[in-house]
Amino acid sequence: MRKFIIVLSVTIVIVMVAFNIFSDKTYHPTNAVVLKAKYSEKPVKVVDHSKFAALQKDFARPQDLTKTCISCHNKRHLEVMESSHWNWERPDYIEGKGIVYLGKKNIINNFCIGTQSNVKSCAKCHIGFDMTENGKSFTDSTNIDCLVCHDQTNSYVKGANLAGGPDPTVNLTKIAQNVGKPSRDNCGVCHFYGGGGNNVKHGDLDNTMFHPDRSIDIHMDEAGPNLVCTDCHMTENHQIQGKVYSIATLNTERSNCEDCHTETPHKALILNEHTLKVACQTCHIPIYSKGTPTNLDWDWSTAGRLKDGEPYMEEDSLGNHIYKSIKGSFTWGKNIEPDYVWFNGTASHYVLGDKILDTTKAVVLNPLNGSYADKNSKIIPVKIHTANQIFDPITRLIIQPNLYSDNIGEGAFWKDFDWNIASEKGMKAIGLPYSGKYSFIKTEMYWPINHQVAPKEESLTCTNCHQRENSRLAGLNDFYLPGRDYSSLIDLFGFLLILASLVGVLFHGFLRVYFSNKQK
Amino acid sequence: MKTVYIYRSFERFWHWTQAFLIFFLVLTGFEVHGSYSFFGFENAVIFHRYAAYSLLVLIVFAIFWHFTTGEWKQYLPTTKFLKAQMDYYILGIFRNSPHPTKKTVLSKLNPLQRITYLVLKILVIPVMVISGLFYIFYRYSSGGFISGLDIENLEPVALIHTAGAYALIAFVVVHVYLITTGHSLLTNLKAMMTGYEDIEDEDETNYKIKNDKEIK
Ligand code: HEM
Repeated sequence: MRKFIIVLSVTIVIVMVAFNIFSDKTYHPTNAVVLKAKYSEKPVKVVDHSKFAALQKDFARPQDLTKTCISCHNKRHLEVMESSHWNWERPDYIEGKGIVYLGKKNIINNFCIGTQSNVKSCAKCHIGFDMTENGKSFTDSTNIDCLVCHDQTNSYVKGANLAGGPDPTVNLTKIAQNVGKPSRDNCGVCHFYGGGGNNVKHGDLDNTMFHPDRSIDIHMDEAGPNLVCTDCHMTENHQIQGKVYSIATLNTERSNCEDCHTETPHKALILNEHTLKVACQTCHIPIYSKGTPTNLDWDWSTAGRLKDGEPYMEEDSLGNHIYKSIKGSFTWGKNIEPDYVWFNGTASHYVLGDKILDTTKAVVLNPLNGSYADKNSKIIPVKIHTANQIFDPITRLIIQPNLYSDNIGEGAFWKDFDWNIASEKGMKAIGLPYSGKYSFIKTEMYWPINHQVAPKEESLTCTNCHQRENSRLAGLNDFYLPGRDYSSLIDLFGFLLILASLVGVLFHGFLRVYFSNKQK
Repeated sequence: MKTVYIYRSFERFWHWTQAFLIFFLVLTGFEVHGSYSFFGFENAVIFHRYAAYSLLVLIVFAIFWHFTTGEWKQYLPTTKFLKAQMDYYILGIFRNSPHPTKKTVLSKLNPLQRITYLVLKILVIPVMVISGLFYIFYRYSSGGFISGLDIENLEPVALIHTAGAYALIAFVVVHVYLITTGHSLLTNLKAMMTGYEDIEDEDETNYKIKNDKEIK
């Protein structure tokens, strides 16, 4: 047997030495290193628009400028008019409803509820002009707002309640001579302010991301990779990849971490195995709303209080609006741990006109589909936004109120503060009934968290989830999670078994000692 | 009394390595289980896996050894003297009666040990190994590189593995105690360490058991 052990140890040593000699020692840069190199080269400009004769003049109307753009880029407007940015809708599929065109036109959200009958105000974030009741904002190509996306001077602003038109102070000529690929500024002016203010909607998109540092977003870090939105939301022919599940339902056209990083980016096999069921975001975005607070709850039911007949506003000590007569009460939060849900890339959606049968629990406006058993599902982090919205208890429809109008006395809630009239006007505009009675109903929205990726030192560690108390996944109970889960029955029996063995042997030993003493 | 070489070197190596590995597997396993925190969860998982792989290698060698040396026959169960052995632990031991069976090189296990160790070898350890391997190579429903090992749910695997771990600990407790019931408190321990044990001569006792061949 000695021989055997010697032979065994010698064999092991030989195998180890051989392994070391033949293993591949050439340097392989990690994927992250390759990506950093690739994205550190920023594209150079190939033309200088300020030299073009066609752009050396004043433009009376923004439409004149668009016409000038199209005179050279003579097919691009057709692409834009195909896009969901322009159409505010795209074909989607909802289980039970079939193919539906979903978008701002027919969807409501937890924030300013819906665009219908309010477009003049909402158009501040449409890439078109002339978004009035009878305007041709979806059909006339000269209404395309090229500048909002392509301005490089950071001076273009859309006017408030101007149906999508630019603010009168904007110098169109100067901007026309300085156009280029969209930067974070261009996307951010709309997408960081969704819901009517900074960081109201997403929680992972806010105005600190115009100039983010490493602690806000590892990819966009100005001193680091400095990525812009379109580096991930890759765009071809004005069709931009990626979409948000507050309006989308299909698992298509998405931008994924894996597009750059592959599905197995870790050195440790055990981490790579996690990617089958856990989305990258889950561990790598441990908290969201790192720069500024995001809105967590919006209670419309308190809206309409007036002081001396005038609408007013209240702020908390941090300067967050906590009450606005026109909108109701708000709750805000910063540095928030996300909630976690299973998600397979498809969602359902509440569409204007859907009857709510169960009014006892919150209506989820965009239920995300998925479960442990579903092989396409992964755990993702989400911001769950709650609201209290106006609702017709007789027709059981969520009400689309008319919020905006130019003048007092036209029935809009933001001017006249009368829910009844605003509801009647709003529902009439979309051709749905209103019973004349209103109440409020709890609603929820699920916002997948995809941005504000943290430096790797800050990613979650094993025990953020694999622990008995305070597991981040405490809410996901359709599977066995080692470290978190156990059978209390087995643990009890196991404990009793060990206890019985111990007591048994101690008692037996005691008796042995006792009797041997006695026999002496 | 005569001194006999009863545990050969491989056997001792195997026994103590296995003892250490099982101790270590319990230590790391119950950390994974969430019972306490010692190495840190990630380390516990990694160490548990390394220990598990080591145990597997050891088991392969042990199986090989058992068959090539014929030692496996030591574990063939018998009912002969089983009752006597139980009576001994329940009564005889307190009256200082002699062991009902005699330890020899060809039959070092008493009937109770034979059954216990056999159950350990063909039931508890295989259950631990198999459930443990499922735990490692388990792939969530329809994913991963061993798609043949698709299991809908990890729960049964984990619960069986946990239950087995409790059983093993209980075994170790009783086992450690029972080794003190040899000729003197430390006889058995010394034997497993040095390989040599003082064994009673044929005629040293009146309450005589006709030895191993009969037990077999
Ligand atoms: C070859 C044998 C074994 C293998 C392959 C194995 C493998 C595993 C694996 C893979 C886990 C899950 C943690 C992880 O992913 O690493 C685990 C957990 C565990 N193991 Fe083992 N193990 C073995 C033997 C043992 C033994 C001998 C014991 C104790 C006597 C033990 C006790 C435990 C316990 C208590 C857990 C936690 C179970 C839970 O809470 O879900 N294992 N084992």
